[in-house]
Amino acid sequence: MAAISADNHGLRLWTRYAVLVLIAIIFVFPLVFMVMSSLKPDQQLLSDTASLRAFLPVGDISFHNYTAAFERAPVGLFVMNSVIVTGITVLFSLLICSAAAFAFVFLNWKGRDLVLTLILATLIVPFETYAIPLLLIASKLPWIGFDGLTWGWLNSYRVQIIPFIADGLTIFLFVQYFKDLPGELIEAARVEGASWYQVYAKIVMPLAGPVLATAAILKFLVMYNQYLWPLMVVQEEGYRPVMVGLQYFFQLNVAWGEVMAYLSLITLPVLAFYLYLQKAFIASIASTGVKG
Amino acid sequence: MAGITLNDIRKSYGQVHVIKGVDITVEDGEFVVFVGPSGCGKSTLLRMIAGLEDITSGTLTIGDRTVNDLPPKDRGVAMVFQSYAIFPHMTVRENVAFGLTIAGASKEEKEAKVAEAARILQMEHLLDRRPSQLSGGQRQRVAIGRAIVRKPAVFLFDEPLSNLDAALRMDMRMEIGKLHKTLGATMIYVTHDQVEAMTLADKIVVLKDGMVQQIGAPMDLYHNPANAFVAGFIGSPSMNFLDVDVKAVNGNRITVANPSLDPVEITARHGSYTAGGKARLGIRPQYLTPETDRRSGQLHGKVALTERLGAETVVEVTLATGKSVIAALTRDAVYPLGSEISLSFNPTEVHLFSE
Repeated sequence: MAAISADNHGLRLWTRYAVLVLIAIIFVFPLVFMVMSSLKPDQQLLSDTASLRAFLPVGDISFHNYTAAFERAPVGLFVMNSVIVTGITVLFSLLICSAAAFAFVFLNWKGRDLVLTLILATLIVPFETYAIPLLLIASKLPWIGFDGLTWGWLNSYRVQIIPFIADGLTIFLFVQYFKDLPGELIEAARVEGASWYQVYAKIVMPLAGPVLATAAILKFLVMYNQYLWPLMVVQEEGYRPVMVGLQYFFQLNVAWGEVMAYLSLITLPVLAFYLYLQKAFIASIASTGVKG
Repeated sequence: MAGITLNDIRKSYGQVHVIKGVDITVEDGEFVVFVGPSGCGKSTLLRMIAGLEDITSGTLTIGDRTVNDLPPKDRGVAMVFQSYAIFPHMTVRENVAFGLTIAGASKEEKEAKVAEAARILQMEHLLDRRPSQLSGGQRQRVAIGRAIVRKPAVFLFDEPLSNLDAALRMDMRMEIGKLHKTLGATMIYVTHDQVEAMTLADKIVVLKDGMVQQIGAPMDLYHNPANAFVAGFIGSPSMNFLDVDVKAVNGNRITVANPSLDPVEITARHGSYTAGGKARLGIRPQYLTPETDRRSGQLHGKVALTERLGAETVVEVTLATGKSVIAALTRDAVYPLGSEISLSFNPTEVHLFSE
């Protein structure tokens, strides 16, 4: 009896792993295809797509496409621009959205529920619907910098950062997480003399690790993959992010090998960032039931 | 140190009135216990004193200050919560020192005060641990440590022992009692456990439906309950209540009887009675004694259940009226199920309540 049960258990385990491996393969193969193709000359790359060779490092393998990609576009500059824009946005987004969520969950103020509803309602509005009005506004906003007062935010980092710092999804993630924190922890801190700011900084935020990781990853992905908005607001090469840089490779003749090399290069930071925060990300998704 | 005065305190959530005009005076250094069934408003009242709930109307005074509109931190209170509410990301030392850190105390001061609190609560060896490494009782010690380290004028305990097992609960109860004697601070303690109330309190406040039923010393409440609710709530096992007919009224001497109860004259402490009317007779299970001669007892019935606890035997007796009474009889004794039993009581030790 015990042996049969053990066999069943083993079979179930094997089936489960087989399904997981299959799913993993489906998700990993595009990445493998991208990296393998980046190592092949265009002609071989195209002919390989008809067979499994597309996923294997076979034939005329070299790093030529990478050197060519660097020659064709200022890859380093684009990556740096994206890292600056993404990094600053993620940082400020975590600060501002968590503070907003704190006010929604822990502070009592008139109109709180209505404002939160309005913010959550923005989740269903596609960016494309307000991209043009946003562009018009951004083109006329004032800014005080090293050059004194200037008008219009186009061709800058700030135009890529500031409109995306606060967003409904990030606030929603924080609100859900904060609601699950035991209320007595907050009350204990209040009775012990903590101000609301101290409750936020010393109690709530140190306990928000998982949601910080989730929000950071989701924001990072959105910002790193920005294409339409920077295309609209940045004409100068000096502020262009990586996704817009992809245009450099879609000229009259598309050099697919170079495209794949460029994509491989710009995917690396994303993978590194995800792997770094993976554990906390999964913990948060599992505990809040919020899908990424 | 400070006394507390609650003057006509009320609390409403919209149209729902939770606290309906409460007047309580807590003397400086007194240990007051709020008891009552779930939903009676005792925790809400405590949270209002702590400043965690707004006061709808009335005046709350701590020491000589009216604190209605003061935030919790300015009220000079410390609170121990049922769930311990210790901060999971801090060590025990950091938890205990939290209030001092917030107040900007120096490192030396913090260390000295934390060490003193740890010594009082015998938890010196736990100071560098995380809350996740502590048992329930140890966590509650940390929560109490955090409360005493600031030397507040008033301690508030919100069912602090509810999450502990029975043995630990008794230990911690005694420790809290000792703590009160050591610190001499004003303490308000909320519980639904009347044993905690009876053992710890200088004064008990019995609450029901947001209203005070009676305030008094534990034995005063036990021996002179103001109404049937208090009488039933204080004492374990609970007081037996019998519906009786009023046979004769002679001043405050009332003669009552029912089909299971021989006529007996009771001295009523309160209420008004008329001959031919109804009343409720309250008899504590400990005040019932078995009679060997069936004719000599006042209550007659059959044994329905027996619980032999060694030091006492709890017997459930079904009376002729169908009503059951519980008798807590001294020492171990055997009462066969279904056997007839006759119980007697001293008329001066029972309570009569008007309908």
